[in-house]
Amino acid sequence: MTAELPAATASRLDWHVASVTDVRRETARTCSIVLDVPQWPGHRAGQHVDVRLVADDGYQAQRSYSIASPPEDASLVLTVERIDDGEVSPYLCDVLQAHDGLELRGPIGGYFVWDIAEGGPLLLVAGGSGVVPLAAMLRHRAHAAASVRASVPAHLLYSARTWDDIIYRDDLEQLAKFSDVTVAFTITREAPSDWRGYRRRIDRAMLEEIGWPPSATPRAYVCGPTPLVESVATLLVEIGHDPARVRTERFGPTG
Amino acid sequence: MRVEEMRLDGNAAAGALREIFAHDMTTALVTCAGCARASPMGVLMNYGGPMGVILRCPHCDTVMLRIVSTPGGRYMDASGSSVMLIPERPT
Amino acid sequence: MAGNPFIARGFHSRRPAAPPGRLPPGQYETRDFPVLSAGPTPRPPLAAWDFTIRDSEGHSVRWSWDDLRALPRETPTADIHCVTKWSKFDTKWEGVSVDTLLAAARSAGVASNPFVLAVSDGGYTTNLPLADVTDGKAWIAFGYGGEPLAPEHGGPARLLVPHLYFWKSAKWIRGLRLLPDDQPGFWEQLGYHNYGDPWREQRYQGDP
Repeated sequence: MTAELPAATASRLDWHVASVTDVRRETARTCSIVLDVPQWPGHRAGQHVDVRLVADDGYQAQRSYSIASPPEDASLVLTVERIDDGEVSPYLCDVLQAHDGLELRGPIGGYFVWDIAEGGPLLLVAGGSGVVPLAAMLRHRAHAAASVRASVPAHLLYSARTWDDIIYRDDLEQLAKFSDVTVAFTITREAPSDWRGYRRRIDRAMLEEIGWPPSATPRAYVCGPTPLVESVATLLVEIGHDPARVRTERFGPTG
Repeated sequence: MRVEEMRLDGNAAAGALREIFAHDMTTALVTCAGCARASPMGVLMNYGGPMGVILRCPHCDTVMLRIVSTPGGRYMDASGSSVMLIPERPT
Repeated sequence: MAGNPFIARGFHSRRPAAPPGRLPPGQYETRDFPVLSAGPTPRPPLAAWDFTIRDSEGHSVRWSWDDLRALPRETPTADIHCVTKWSKFDTKWEGVSVDTLLAAARSAGVASNPFVLAVSDGGYTTNLPLADVTDGKAWIAFGYGGEPLAPEHGGPARLLVPHLYFWKSAKWIRGLRLLPDDQPGFWEQLGYHNYGDPWREQRYQGDP
């Protein structure tokens, strides 16, 4: 079978200045930047962009941020974890505002991506801000026709430190109202007193309860801090999932 | 925080790789010159931080690919990768 | 990129608040101790750890961990400068002068040579002229800030050559090779400057 490479992977990687239309707080430690990008070639759920900041004296800093918005949306949304002593993320969350420009290039990456055409079921496992590319996948899935969605059920298991650290909490709870989407949170530090969900690090039992049996041959996407990603990927293979269907992306703190 | 917890993977090197290659390279299947096992570029361990891209084999830690961008040009050493398969159609 | 760069409104480089003359060009001061590494952190058992100085003929002298710790110690205080632009002032180290080790190596019949290649656990290397690790300019450091040197900062022992960019101060050092010809190290092969003087801003090959 031959097919043209999607524009998202074959275009040249040049820097563009996007227009900021909104910067909104997601949680105490994260914000989302809504962008209008001229000549955006389109992207695939899971891809990221590189952002470059240049100061008037020529000083530069560059970071990568995952795309939170699905390919179907007109705006491009990046969600940024604010690192207190960082130099890029505090600028993006605290200084940048609507009508500013922001230099970026992308979309970038082709390994940690998912299209509805690849099918499922989907098993998404997130730690912290690792939920960002996975949310793009769920949102992309939500744009498909109901009959297509029914053939691609999705489960998300999301580990956060506290209830208030859950990024897109309302949005994810909305998505979970569909019968073919399950969203489960586990809270590893302080949980609300009435919290009845998981309150421990992701373990094998949790993955067996929330995940699919290996016989369902799910496509698994795991994104978060390195220790979580390595632990979950190892557990999924131990449970019997095909390593070739387990894709990982490691997130580290980048200021 | 230990360095092992901060390192990223080959996905984070996609931009640096696209400065050199015409295609996205994170789906490329790369064979380690040290242990002969093949991995998608996206899962290689990424060290080096702001000094450059250092991609190591997830199985044996062999340095498979090094890239440094300098004002004079981009340096790349792939002597730790015996073969790269760039798939015709990324999936 | 062609044309003028896009300036990010309100984005500023970290401005040095340092005393004049103390920061090399292009550097900013940090109070942190950032961790940069080209690979996983080795954690060798000290019982198996050793340090070797070897010449190009194969003559060598070897110190065990206890041997090294029994040598006369110095406690240098130095400013350090990373090529990624952070500088840290008044870092306090404890270790053995490379002069002490080289004198012992000479007595043991190890030939002196004009170049040094520092060799570390994990395969990291860096090259220096011999003259830059002698006359009180370099140490094998195993203490930092009054504590044993932490693994992420190069413990059990690292080279300390504070007058050059800090990638020359090889973490997890296991030996020095004394070579008749210069042999570029891990970063020097990849476009970083062969010498790396922060005061002349020798970051990359081609810098003056």
